Amino acid sequence: MKLKFILTTTCALCVVASAAIAERGSDGQLNIIYWQAPSTMNTYLSGGTKEVEAASMVIEPLASYDPNGNLVPRLVDELPTVENGGVSEDLMSITWVISEGITWSDGTPLTAEDAIFTWQYCTDPAGGCAQASYFDGITSIEAIDDRTIKINFAEPKPYPYTAFAGAESPILQKAQFQDCMGARAPECTDANFGPIGTGPFVVSEFRPNDVITLEANPNYRDPAKPAFGSVLFKGGGDAASAARAVLETGEYDYAWNLQIEPEILTQMEAAGKGKVVVSFQTSVERLHLNQTNPDPALGDMRSVYDEGNNPHPFLTDPVVGKALSMAIDREIVVEAGYGRTGQVTCNVLPAPEIYASTANDGCKVQDMEGAKALLDEAGWVPGSDGVREKDGVRLSVLFQTSTNSVRQGSQALIKQWWNELGVEVELRNIDASVFFGGDPGSPDTFQKFYADVQMYTNNFAGADPEAYMGNWRCAEIPGPDSQWQGANIQRFCDPAYDALVDEMSKTADLNERGRIAKAMNDMLMQSYSIIPLVYRGGTSAHANTLEGVRMTDWDSELWNIADWTRAE
Amino acid sequence: MLNYTLRRLMFAIPTLLLISFIIFAILDLAPNDPTASLPLTIPPDVRQQIRESLGLDQAMPIRYFKWCVQFFWNEPLNILEQWTGWTIGDSENRLRVISWQTRSPVVDLIVERMPQTLWVVGMSYVLGILIALPIGILSAYKQYSWFDQFGTLFSMAGFSVPTFFTGLLFIVIFSVNLQLFPSVYDTTHEVTDWASFWVQVRQMIMPTMVLALFNAAQISRFMRASMLDNLQQDYVRTARAKGVRERSVVLIHVLRNSMIPVVTVIALGVPQVFGGAIITEQIFRVNGLGQLLIVGIQGADIPLVQTLTFIFAVLIVAFNLVADLLYGILDPRIRYD
Repeated sequence: MKLKFILTTTCALCVVASAAIAERGSDGQLNIIYWQAPSTMNTYLSGGTKEVEAASMVIEPLASYDPNGNLVPRLVDELPTVENGGVSEDLMSITWVISEGITWSDGTPLTAEDAIFTWQYCTDPAGGCAQASYFDGITSIEAIDDRTIKINFAEPKPYPYTAFAGAESPILQKAQFQDCMGARAPECTDANFGPIGTGPFVVSEFRPNDVITLEANPNYRDPAKPAFGSVLFKGGGDAASAARAVLETGEYDYAWNLQIEPEILTQMEAAGKGKVVVSFQTSVERLHLNQTNPDPALGDMRSVYDEGNNPHPFLTDPVVGKALSMAIDREIVVEAGYGRTGQVTCNVLPAPEIYASTANDGCKVQDMEGAKALLDEAGWVPGSDGVREKDGVRLSVLFQTSTNSVRQGSQALIKQWWNELGVEVELRNIDASVFFGGDPGSPDTFQKFYADVQMYTNNFAGADPEAYMGNWRCAEIPGPDSQWQGANIQRFCDPAYDALVDEMSKTADLNERGRIAKAMNDMLMQSYSIIPLVYRGGTSAHANTLEGVRMTDWDSELWNIADWTRAE
Repeated sequence: MLNYTLRRLMFAIPTLLLISFIIFAILDLAPNDPTASLPLTIPPDVRQQIRESLGLDQAMPIRYFKWCVQFFWNEPLNILEQWTGWTIGDSENRLRVISWQTRSPVVDLIVERMPQTLWVVGMSYVLGILIALPIGILSAYKQYSWFDQFGTLFSMAGFSVPTFFTGLLFIVIFSVNLQLFPSVYDTTHEVTDWASFWVQVRQMIMPTMVLALFNAAQISRFMRASMLDNLQQDYVRTARAKGVRERSVVLIHVLRNSMIPVVTVIALGVPQVFGGAIITEQIFRVNGLGQLLIVGIQGADIPLVQTLTFIFAVLIVAFNLVADLLYGILDPRIRYD
């Protein structure tokens, strides 16, 4: 009976057949190196990727995303859907049933009360919960019985897998955290550094920003897992030396986020101690073309959207944007800065497959002559200094991005192509902590966008693009009224686009949602207010002796660490 | 001497208060945001809530005052309680200086980082001195000999080659090619017997030597210059004329007098040890105080950066005083009263 239960609950997660034969803890110690060190083990108090990933070894959500971006059950037997009755017909609620016999590492059972508590913990306004957006639109969570969690939404939710799906919203133990609500959250240092979880490992020592040691969870649901008896999770240093510790010296088994020059990585891999793994999610390095006028002479109205009355002198013209896009050789940008970890893309929404449009694929090949002809035709002709102009307006842009050697390399390449096209380019780079800092008092943030063109990467969490595509509604444009908050950075505004956003929020059918998402993507692409460049993947490396790694960029990379084993 | 010390200590208090305020003001004016390093997928209203929960919505003088109370009153009380086991007042609800990144008390973080910093950086300082003194003495005594030339070359190289280069060079040679020493320092390692002591020595060799070479270069130049000064003095000629053995002339008379400025230099360098060696700690992942400071700056963890830099300021002021007092002890001619 017990065996049958084990097989049914874990079969979604078991990949390597040999792992099932192995005994818990028989493979000794697993050494992991993250060059950014985790500062807490409580996912809700940090929001940083490094903390989310470290914590995912200990605390778990109900369901996880596999390497293809599909949701797979974790603490439940099956995913609730409209078909199996788990999601109500009116899309107003979702009901999760926790698998039988799931216990916390202290031996007490995981119950629906814990999920309710987690929701209350994260939505307490004084707590500053970093993952609060996962609980958006939830009016209440009830416990139908000990193992049944019913989540009620304020309005129909076509994609209800937000709370407790993916490593960003795991379940906390009520018994441990109940005195840590709201403003008291930071006071519970012991709980934040050593949360009790249902995952394969238990924290034995946590040294913030340095190292974590973990032991196998004695009460883990699969008695044969994890194969490793302990984990040493070291942080600090830089990406190149983390890669070296796995690929060249072999001191570590797994290294995360190796964003270094592709040729260096290939060179290190040649040492033969480990291999590099890449996984793609939805990250796209893109250019945003300012649709409002960033002229310093405008003072307070600089880069402010004013119902279309403050347009950019030339970037609102799709012809100019199209020419700028055509002049770029994306293959070279990928080769120079990204190698295996990047792909050419013509969409701002590159995945999952059902949402990925193919309508814009023409951009994959550079067409300098076509771009020049396009501008000539539109009346933008080269002036005496070679810079194109029309009616006294010169094609001259200020191009800014964050300080990062790969980005400065791409900037230089693009500048060269645009100069060839007849566009004057001034380059600028800003320290990432300021650029992404969102300080309304600083003129250098990406939200203020006091430039003509800027470049950065964005993506969305989970596998549903609804909220992400909603970023380009007119109402999302940052400006002084909203303290420069808002995600419509390039200030794109089209009532037809807003209508599509509304339509998507009412559509439950997956294929129909795919159609709408593609239409939105194409509308953005054809406005040329966004020029996508590179579809970026996550890069990690693992030792040759480490088996069972199924790297995913959709969830924590350590999502299946329970299945990792040491090869003989 | 006692009077002088007390007077200096009294002066230190307003100086340090002013320093703490200046540090706070600089950090406050700097354009950084503790939520900047979070993924872009976290929406702005959630970021705002995070900032509010950190107390960032309060005015700067209030935040400074709060930090002062926490650091100058609450933290010392807390330490006193830990040492004595007493309970003073409402210790449960006493606010401590909390780091924004880790949401844990800053002082605990610093205490946790102390051992590796003192072991690695402290040991490198001691080693550096032990290497520098003989080189300095011999180079001066045999000025322009091949040994002196070599010493000059050594210190020039140690001075001008940055530690991030020597560190990487050491890793490539000794970790990657020879596989002799680990390239990553394990802070959880505990020394319990000879075998584990050997492991500790092996993981300390590279970071310690990189830093020791750098320190030695500096100190050996001071030692040499000071020795050269004294070797020209009349009392040396007198001693030699009296027939004092050469060994005593150099090692007793000259060395003792030459040590006076060198000891001051060494004392003034001690705060650096506590400050950690930011780059070297980063390369070898020693994760001591220097790395803590860097992580704090990157994450805009203002309470952490404020507390750490202030502690460094205290140490610098304190060791300046120590250096002055040492001067008086070593050279009886110098009197402060």
